[in-house]
Amino acid sequence: MSDFVYAETDPAELAEYREQVETWMNENMPRRDRVNPWHPTHDDDLKSTRNRELQRRLSDGGYAAVCYPKEYGGQSLTIAHQRIIDDVSMDFDMPILFSVPTLSICGPTILEFGTEEQKQRYIPAWIRGDELWVQFMSEPSGGSDMAGALTRADRDGDAFVINGSKIWSTFAQRSDYALMLARTNWEVPKHRGLTMFIVPIHYPGIDIHPIRMVDGTEEFCQEYFNDVIIPAENVVGEVDDGWTVASRLLFHERASVGNASPYTQGRHRNRSADGLDDLATIARDFGGNVGRQRQILGETETLSRVEVLLSDRVVKGIESGYFPAPAGSLVRLFHGLSRADRLTVAMELHGDRALVWNQGEDTGGYGVEYVQRQQTCIGGGTTEMARNIISERILGMPREPAADRDLPFNQVPRSG
Amino acid sequence: MAPVRVDLSDDQEFFRETSRRFIESEVPVSVVREWHDLVDGCPQSWWRAAAELGWTSFMVPESLGGGSISGRPVVDLTIVADEMGRGAVPGPFMPTNVVADTLGRSGNPDQQSLLEGVMAGETILAWAFCEPGGDWTASHVAAAAAPSNGGYVLTGTKTAVEAGAQAHHLLVTARTPDGLTQFLLPPDAPGITVISQESLDLGRRFAEVRFDGVSVGPESMVGEPGAAAEADVERQRLVAVLLQCADNAGSAAKVLEFTVEYAFDRYSFGRPLASYQALKHRFADMKLWSEASQAAVDGAADALAEGRDEVRMVSVAKSYVGDHSVDLMQDCVQIHGGIGVTYEHDLHLYLRRATVNRGLFGTPADHRDALSELVGY
Repeated sequence: MSDFVYAETDPAELAEYREQVETWMNENMPRRDRVNPWHPTHDDDLKSTRNRELQRRLSDGGYAAVCYPKEYGGQSLTIAHQRIIDDVSMDFDMPILFSVPTLSICGPTILEFGTEEQKQRYIPAWIRGDELWVQFMSEPSGGSDMAGALTRADRDGDAFVINGSKIWSTFAQRSDYALMLARTNWEVPKHRGLTMFIVPIHYPGIDIHPIRMVDGTEEFCQEYFNDVIIPAENVVGEVDDGWTVASRLLFHERASVGNASPYTQGRHRNRSADGLDDLATIARDFGGNVGRQRQILGETETLSRVEVLLSDRVVKGIESGYFPAPAGSLVRLFHGLSRADRLTVAMELHGDRALVWNQGEDTGGYGVEYVQRQQTCIGGGTTEMARNIISERILGMPREPAADRDLPFNQVPRSG
Repeated sequence: MAPVRVDLSDDQEFFRETSRRFIESEVPVSVVREWHDLVDGCPQSWWRAAAELGWTSFMVPESLGGGSISGRPVVDLTIVADEMGRGAVPGPFMPTNVVADTLGRSGNPDQQSLLEGVMAGETILAWAFCEPGGDWTASHVAAAAAPSNGGYVLTGTKTAVEAGAQAHHLLVTARTPDGLTQFLLPPDAPGITVISQESLDLGRRFAEVRFDGVSVGPESMVGEPGAAAEADVERQRLVAVLLQCADNAGSAAKVLEFTVEYAFDRYSFGRPLASYQALKHRFADMKLWSEASQAAVDGAADALAEGRDEVRMVSVAKSYVGDHSVDLMQDCVQIHGGIGVTYEHDLHLYLRRATVNRGLFGTPADHRDALSELVGY
């Protein structure tokens, strides 16, 4: 199965494109408020109205998800064009909620495995900002072992009846559809009894419960399915072959996390984790041991620069065939570790003000981000899974023994 | 899959492969060990053969008979440094190229006439820069060149001068009333004493060089004192650090390769080390460090070749590669167990060399300190 094609692009054409994008954005998109920026995931209503509206604007201008084929509402352009849009858009409010997972993870999965009807029905709707998607993949019984899904889909004529629970979907309550992996066959080993479905979220039998995180946000949800009836036409790929679809979905997730996907759109950046904060200014303002602060700042600068260079190396290397596709896990691992480091640094440089602060000040947010730090090494595949992938699929080391391999799934031991 | 640049042209790839085969056939590690006993570190005949491959020509301008493969000489040099690191190969590669670069740019015609010998592998050059207690920055240079009779009298001491006792000419960085200045001097000039030093690296050679009232004519000056000399010294420093980093990225990659092989071959409790997740995860981290080191080297080489933010990117490389290359090697020693700390095993040859590279021309901590200023602290 083919990975992304990174077509050759003409530098002069790209420079011209950049000018076009700049002109268009200046005239059509709201400029980002530098002091108090609009936060596309935290500061929107329960229907993500503003994200949808901004996506519609991009789409009307022809700058939405430009790597999608023209026949489905895209522009059939290259990743270089999309990155230009991303660069320019840093100064503007962007509908980041559409980027991940709708456009960059669910999208290419449907593009590869969807029927022609599914592609015609759904892809233009994302690009226009009409429909937001989420992933119903992880389950409460375990995040990394996705193929061990316990949610069941039992055939009933032209439909499937879904029962079970999914977790860690991003803003499911504000979204419209989900890609869901469920078990359709319990008599065969785990990878061979799964099926991928398109599920309408606000639908009889589905309950959605937001999960309150350490920082107080309710970005993630858990869903409960109670005799949810889904028509067979909503199957993506083949019945019982959902793992093939899920593997590609995971590939697209890693590409998206590693900034190697042509289908991401805009960049979601965090003040302290992504270099928007001027750490040197913070260090000066809050004082402390100068020698130590200089080391911390130098180390942070090192990691953020090397991360960009590594990502560039891996993208180019996968493109040229130098690296196998799993090399995206190198970027994922570096990203998780360096981001965690940066969150630590941002807290440290704020000194006791990140720990105890006056009412009305926002320095405490850095302490909270630090407490939630490991999220960057968990979500989107843990750093431990990345290390497994690097050692097994790049260095060729033996795979971890699996007690459930080749065993019919209904005989696999499981917790509780 | 050895970590090299992912964007090598066919010509660069051919050159890399030729250099690697040259090293593997002429200087396998058994020969590297034999050469430890040579006073000069390597046979002159071998250095001439290396020069024939182009190892000393890239930094010499085309107008003087030199030239690089890609038109970006520092990038081509990192290919050699990377391969030399993989083989822990000795030879006055870094100092000769760093000084040749400056002579090609700022030298007078007499000085530039030496470059033919450099390109033939006949002439070795060394850079006398660091002083005892110094920190490898231009500001610490105290060697004084006092004006006298239309020339200068040079006094001072330089340490850790690579190939100092092998060099046919020394580029000396000193201070005059007009600012920083560089001189090109023969090591046998009256008042110059070259004393070979011991080194943790058993392959390359280092020396202390003392200047005791050395009379220096104006014709020995390289370029102009002050800002021009400072620019040359800064360029020399950046190229030296870049080549160290490329060398360490190459040697770390090599050490990781043979340690991965070892993990497949070595069994304990009835299974290969490579099957233990505790070790697999460490190997994954080391693979990350190795690939990220190569990326950092390439980023620094590109920056230097293009004159774009090169001070920052070279320090980023040293800060990252300097620490991660030796951490990687120490971890590989640990995974080898007892054999890893024996003289017999080759690991220490790489670790010695990488540790020297890590410390000379500023430690990673020194470069982080410098970076903190570049980010505005």
